[in-house]
Amino acid sequence: MSLDFFVSHYNYWVVIFLMMVGFYILISRGNLIKKIVGLNVFQTSVFMLYISMGKITGGTPPILLDDPHGGGEAVEHVVYSNPLPHVLILTAIVVGIATTSVGLALAVRIKEAYGTLEEDEINRIEAQTEAAE
Amino acid sequence: MSEHLPILQVVVPLMAAPLCIFLRKPRAAGALAVLASWSALAIALLLLREVLSTGVVSYAIGDWPPPIGIEYRIDIVNAWVLVIVATIGAVVAPYAITSVEREVDPHRIPLFFTAYLLCLCGLLGITITGDVFNVFVFLEISSLSAYALISLGRQRRALTAAFRYLIMGSVGATFIVIGIGLLYVMTGTLNMADLAALLPEVWDSRTVKVAYGFLGVGICLKLALFPLHLWLPNAYAFAPSPVTAFMASTATKVAVYMLLRFFLSIFGGHFSFDVMGLDLVLLPLALVAIVSMSLVAIFQVDVKRLLAYSSVAQIGYMILGLSFASVTGLTATLLHLFNHALMKGALFMALGCVVYRIGSVQIGAMAGLGKRMPFTMAAFVVGGLSLVGVPLTVGFVSKWYLILGALEKGGLWMGVAGIVLLTSVMALVYVWRVVEVAYLRDFVGDDRVREAPWSLLVPTWALVLANLYFGIDAVRTSEVARGAAEVLMMGIGSS
Repeated sequence: MSLDFFVSHYNYWVVIFLMMVGFYILISRGNLIKKIVGLNVFQTSVFMLYISMGKITGGTPPILLDDPHGGGEAVEHVVYSNPLPHVLILTAIVVGIATTSVGLALAVRIKEAYGTLEEDEINRIEAQTEAAE
Repeated sequence: MSEHLPILQVVVPLMAAPLCIFLRKPRAAGALAVLASWSALAIALLLLREVLSTGVVSYAIGDWPPPIGIEYRIDIVNAWVLVIVATIGAVVAPYAITSVEREVDPHRIPLFFTAYLLCLCGLLGITITGDVFNVFVFLEISSLSAYALISLGRQRRALTAAFRYLIMGSVGATFIVIGIGLLYVMTGTLNMADLAALLPEVWDSRTVKVAYGFLGVGICLKLALFPLHLWLPNAYAFAPSPVTAFMASTATKVAVYMLLRFFLSIFGGHFSFDVMGLDLVLLPLALVAIVSMSLVAIFQVDVKRLLAYSSVAQIGYMILGLSFASVTGLTATLLHLFNHALMKGALFMALGCVVYRIGSVQIGAMAGLGKRMPFTMAAFVVGGLSLVGVPLTVGFVSKWYLILGALEKGGLWMGVAGIVLLTSVMALVYVWRVVEVAYLRDFVGDDRVREAPWSLLVPTWALVLANLYFGIDAVRTSEVARGAAEVLMMGIGSS
């Protein structure tokens, strides 16, 4: 694998790094809030994957440059970035916020019910309840 | 009007959901939910009739023609799944009105129905849409409302179950988004039919294969295929009863539909089975799921949890049918989607009646209930027999086609047929444990315990009778399922 390959795909390396960091936090941390943060990092890496896919080298933002009513230059030879991934990710960001807020709301309720946010303590309390049944 | 049925299918529950909050009164919100879910069922039946008579229905949202705009595309496969989801939604909604009175705080009941309708809307949306990104959006609508619904359970463990489901479900959904993104890079389209047409040109690229893997793992997390099922038992055991009945009969079914749609319609049977070896991956997982989860179910003391483990095993049967890679196998899968929805719906609703009267579903607490709540327990027995696969119930029809599919392939596949028979006996064991306690032991609880109210019994028995009706007259259902299986095996392009 040459350095050139590494450098020309740097956006993917960033995405993979972030994805793995998020996934690792999600799996390894016992604190429920940290888990949600990990989930956020994980999801954000996917947003970056999408957005970097839509980028075209030298492309402009996808905005009509000329005045549609007056004359002006034709727009055909303007290279612009693909706007669709951005739009998709706007939706995905909204979904991500909704997921985070539901997760945090659940964490608040769990804290009220169990008095802790640490997974191992919650498991211990649950094992005790189960044994008591 | 009738040309707009596809969009109304999703919009009716979506619009009714926020109205439930404004109604404030629990009963009024429930009535609205019943109204919305019944209209959804009517629309689904009309769509199935239209598809059966005239073929594929295509609807361009906002009049933007596909593949640029979002297309709703209904063929016999998703018309069938729409009817399954809408039927269960329509049966559980009236049941929920009475059931949640004992299981959910009164001030949360309107919110319960809001989340219920949103979940129904999401599941119908996943099924009806012909756009892969739209699948993700509806998936999250249904999942987020499902997390909220599960967390409404009375015990505090419902909260941790919902949280665990949220974490695993979000990871699954994110995997699906990654897969969709990679497909989009390779083809530049999100429309399912368009993807199916463009993908064969880029089959060889590693990106497509990676996308296949991400989609596979993500969807299998959602459908709780062993060993990705860890979120399911607690989520089902601690959710309020109507939620368990609804989720067990619809959410995993829709995920199975997603699997079929992505892997057979979009990627195509040839790519999935011949190039990627999907059947070789799914077959062992399905068999392990069926055997191990049936075994685990035998040793449960919480009956809801017992049935939850049984659900994971039943999902194994559906995936087993897919791994046959034949029309008969797929017919079994599609029939079992419907049949399992009927039987698990009936069983969980019967348990909801038990919770309503005695507040517990621990197996010990159910002693002697056969005499105290004869109709409820009779419903449980019929549902249980259906789960085992006794003739004259729908369970028999599914297993019949599964074994037929195995025999068709011959050779070592005979062993698979043997495993299906063996695990049916295991199902008999775990159903019998409950039946034995309920009928052969003396009642020990409160003297005031009596039969559940008719508002719970009528919906429960509606599903029980459907179990018997479609078990005796399986011609109609198996015709539709076989038609759908043929469409799936041909791929979306030729349908």
